[in-house]
Amino acid sequence: MRRLIATALLGTTAALPALLGHAWAQDGSPDDGDVQRGGTLVVQMSSEQRILNPALRASTGVYNITGKIVEPLIDRTYEEYVPVLATEWSSSEDGKTITVKLREGVEWHDGEPFGCEDVSFTAMNMWKELLNYSSTLQQYLDAVDCPDEHTAVFRYSQPMPLNLFVAAMPDLGHPMPKHLYEGTDILKNDYNTAPVGTGPFKFVEYQRGQYVMAERNENYWRGEEFPYLDRIVWRFITDKSAAAAALEAGEVHISTFLGISTDDIVRLSKDDRFMVGTKGYENNVAHSTVEFNHRNPALADLRVRKAIYHALDIDFAIQNIMRGFAKPGRGPIPSTGGANYTDDVPTYDYDPEKAKALLDEAGYTPDADGVRLRFKHRPAPWGEYTQLWGEYIAQALREVGIEVTLETNDAPGFLNGVYRDHDFDTANGWHQFRADPAVSTMVWLRSGAPVGTPWSNQFGYKDTDLDTMIDVAASELDPEKRAEMYHEIQRYSMEVLPIIFAIEHPFISVTSKKVHNSHNNPRWVSSSWYDTWIEQ
Amino acid sequence: MKLLRYGLRRLLQAVPVILLITVGTFLLLQLAPGDTVDALVGDMGGADAQFIARLRAEYGLDQPVWVQLWRYMLKLFQFDFGWSFVYEQPVSAVLMDRLGVTLLLMATSLFFAFTIGVALGAIAARRAYSLTDNVISTLGLVFYSTPSFFLGLMMIVLFSVKLGWLPAGGIETIAAFYSGLDYVIDVALHLVMPTAALSLIYLALYLRLMRASVLETAEQDYVRTARAKGAGETRLMFHHIMRNALLPVVTLLGLQFSTVLGGSVVVETIFTIPGLGQLAYQSVVQRDMNTLMGIIFLSAVVVLVVNFLTDLVYARLDSRIELR
Repeated sequence: MRRLIATALLGTTAALPALLGHAWAQDGSPDDGDVQRGGTLVVQMSSEQRILNPALRASTGVYNITGKIVEPLIDRTYEEYVPVLATEWSSSEDGKTITVKLREGVEWHDGEPFGCEDVSFTAMNMWKELLNYSSTLQQYLDAVDCPDEHTAVFRYSQPMPLNLFVAAMPDLGHPMPKHLYEGTDILKNDYNTAPVGTGPFKFVEYQRGQYVMAERNENYWRGEEFPYLDRIVWRFITDKSAAAAALEAGEVHISTFLGISTDDIVRLSKDDRFMVGTKGYENNVAHSTVEFNHRNPALADLRVRKAIYHALDIDFAIQNIMRGFAKPGRGPIPSTGGANYTDDVPTYDYDPEKAKALLDEAGYTPDADGVRLRFKHRPAPWGEYTQLWGEYIAQALREVGIEVTLETNDAPGFLNGVYRDHDFDTANGWHQFRADPAVSTMVWLRSGAPVGTPWSNQFGYKDTDLDTMIDVAASELDPEKRAEMYHEIQRYSMEVLPIIFAIEHPFISVTSKKVHNSHNNPRWVSSSWYDTWIEQ
Repeated sequence: MKLLRYGLRRLLQAVPVILLITVGTFLLLQLAPGDTVDALVGDMGGADAQFIARLRAEYGLDQPVWVQLWRYMLKLFQFDFGWSFVYEQPVSAVLMDRLGVTLLLMATSLFFAFTIGVALGAIAARRAYSLTDNVISTLGLVFYSTPSFFLGLMMIVLFSVKLGWLPAGGIETIAAFYSGLDYVIDVALHLVMPTAALSLIYLALYLRLMRASVLETAEQDYVRTARAKGAGETRLMFHHIMRNALLPVVTLLGLQFSTVLGGSVVVETIFTIPGLGQLAYQSVVQRDMNTLMGIIFLSAVVVLVVNFLTDLVYARLDSRIELR
């Protein structure tokens, strides 16, 4: 079996050299030539989220659709955070008050004016109460005051760093129309599947299992010129082979977030009709991890965890599993993490002999069968990358005498097995970095999450030093000091290895070259596409 | 009158069957690890503990299994299938949205499989062991042994990607806004490949059964008698042989209605057709129990109805069979 996997992986390396040259930093689509107005853009969706309210579901699958219809207060470009529905923002000295000026003259798609009441209502009733990730971020939000129609004042009981607030807004800061939600059961409101926003496109219809359609907003605040497209259709095609066929047949223009198999991605990257690349996903970088159950005494031993890191040939995995579209991880913050990232951290080379020596030192010597330890490993079912990465981990650990049995489940089975029942020794999955460590990867290291919380520290790792460092950094107001604290956390977690953030990889889009002005910001798939156009 | 009484009795018999199926599947589904909230947060890429606990309480998933079952059965007796937490719609609305497409796909597939299968089977039997028979039988074997997902993907590669003749998936061209005849043609074009993928395996089955059945019937005494009385070959074939040879094929047709429903899961997923099959698959992945139970309930009813109709057809074909 081990041999089989190796052969299967090697068989695909032949395709690599052509790809590697432009793998990591491929350009977005060309924006040269004259803009053509009109046309319908068709986007493949590999899963159906069903709720189309970004203030209730924080998920890229939701933003992919709603990002065009509902706008956030603030968005992100390659250079900086830019105003959308907010025009300026500032913080009080004690960090407990954040004042946001709102754009004037903006109307909801139903003609009602947008104003502070909408922001206040959404923040208190959705962002704080109902929105995943955001309910932690906004837990100290006391109220949002409206001194006038276009000023929103966020009042917190604990200091809220302004740069954390701003970094969270593109994903977690979508106001919804108060007049359509007030006095209703928010979760059962029909507008959750027929969103009304202020964006460049208006919702038209949602045919379940088939598609969502949106059409041009003739009254868009950026001016009559925008958007260029007449219509966007998101088609739900869950079968990856069928999705690749639809791309090739020209029925679909874009496949996002690894919506087709990596074999097809490699194949289409050599096809002149398509652009294939990771540009536009800088805000959505994920880590492929190795997770340990620290309740197992062997894994609680740092030497064993270090041995496992030395046993993994990360470059081999990047070239053969991620096909070069990835780089080695350097702790809980990816290289796209801005000022909070540092590469000044301890690293672990691929060195099986060193791994064996460390295991010997920890007292795990080979038994009669040559086996030092036996582990049960659960690979997450998050698509090809994680499955193959899990198989590779098992294979690599066997090389140093750790016998690994794989236990594969679908999503609910995996989440329960790891996060609720803790029935694993090692596991692997991925975790998306969401612009700021405080609202993303820190939950993997901070102890104290209730049993059963997915994507949190359910690994039995408890380190009061680290917990304190995380808490202090989350409420530090000075951006420079805050960055320094995150560098320290990164170094520390590379030192003690609570989990291994082995590989960082953005996602991959396959885009028809007919599409222009695409992938031109770091969260392009989630953004509004007001300037995207298509050759007729 | 007799028919009515028969129908009523069958209806009464169906009640415990459906009850058993419902309770059985409900309990069986509880064995799957994880619930719809796990699947939901899996899709969303994560959520915090309050969010998860709130959803679970709202969906009633924090209650013991027996309470959940009791609540479900109570609602079912009022023909209320409950609420789909995944689609945020009543399950009945979700099902009705999808039922039409699946019935259309199943009906066209079974129609083609049955008519062409029976015709080819009869031809093969009449020319048994000739070149025609060999060609037809080999073709049948190939159809029978090709999995529908493979056939479907190969057809997409050939007819959509390479030749560009047929659409690669979906049930209609989205944003084309066809109406009238154009719309019908558009839907028909979208159904060509799915129908072929779904029907070929059954076509092969009917073909082989029909061939064997015709060969067997042709040996019967009454056929010999009819031939001795001077009946022509055509009359002999249609009046004396076919009618009797069809009996086992009709039985199979009724039995297979349920397996076609299973086959449409695969075909609908590959061709992204928004039918019950795709819904069933998605509901399993999403642990959308109410929807899944609704589909199973509906399928059970459909299969029972079809079985009843099969019995009626049976009695019509062979007047020796009495409805009791």
